Amino acid sequence: FMQRGLDSQTKKLLEEEEKKIISEEHWYLDLPDLKEKESFIIEERSFMPCEDLLYGRMSFKGFNPEIEKLMIQMNSRGKEEVIEVDDKMEADVSDEEMARRYETLVGTIGKKFLRKRDQRVLQDEDEDGNSNTRPSKKAKKKFLKPQD
Amino acid sequence: AAGGAYWVDSQQKRYVPVKGDHVIGIVTAKAGDVFKLDVGGSEQASLSYLAFEGATKRNRPNVQVGDLIYGQFLVANKDMEPEMVCIDSSGRSSGMGIIGQDGFLFKVSLGLIRKLLAPKNEIIQELSQLYPFELVLGMNGRIWVKAKTVQQTLIIVNILEACEYMTAEQRKQALAKLSGN
Repeated sequence: FMQRGLDSQTKKLLEEEEKKIISEEHWYLDLPDLKEKESFIIEERSFMPCEDLLYGRMSFKGFNPEIEKLMIQMNSRGKEEVIEVDDKMEADVSDEEMARRYETLVGTIGKKFLRKRDQRVLQDEDEDGNSNTRPSKKAKKKFLKPQD
Repeated sequence: AAGGAYWVDSQQKRYVPVKGDHVIGIVTAKAGDVFKLDVGGSEQASLSYLAFEGATKRNRPNVQVGDLIYGQFLVANKDMEPEMVCIDSSGRSSGMGIIGQDGFLFKVSLGLIRKLLAPKNEIIQELSQLYPFELVLGMNGRIWVKAKTVQQTLIIVNILEACEYMTAEQRKQALAKLSGN
């Protein structure tokens, strides 16, 4: 019932009257709020988790190799710990070999990044072999302060 | 391991669709983008053509009426029509999809299916010793078997059907006769 030119006051009065009428007509529960109980019961309709059933597709004696692969994959999902142990054993390169390789590797790559002087020093070391007393080559040039 | 899980084990033949269950369905109708599958429940399940591995709008799976499909339920409650998919949560088919040509489909009770799917069950182990064959078990009581010859297939079918009522000894006797042949 929209009437034009209703004053805001009269509008408010009318609204309040409407509300009163509505609230008397509406039924409401005069009960305290019920707390939702946390239920610790979860309902599960499938049988799969109950009895730990296998996967439905199976193949035997190599009839369908893809499905046999699947069977191994599916049925080992429940036994993941065993798979981890196997992976460690099957590494192509053993740990010892890795350590040895790495040792030499560090040396070779380290040489690459030496400055020229250090490289020459290294070369002399190699040439002289095991001699401890090395004729010292040019003394390293120190920074000379410019004289005023 | 079921820690604190309780369930009621009962014998029944009629299947009720349950979310996550893998079942064998028969395609009954093709309605545009969706297939209708009969899964043995009160309603037919729907299967979208996009719910296969590697399916796009242009690359449609080749499914005909009368084909057998192995899939799992995406939605299955008493208020809605059940929906199936042939793809798992990571997008791989993992064995689901159209079941190939040949083979034999038959129905058993749900209790037997559960027995056959038990982790270490003797029936499957004994059968696997006989000759190569392929087996698909649907939780809706349907089993599909395929072996090299029709005779072998039928032998397996008969054993599985009879397992319902045979005792373990009778079964071993029957299998011994067969492997003797």
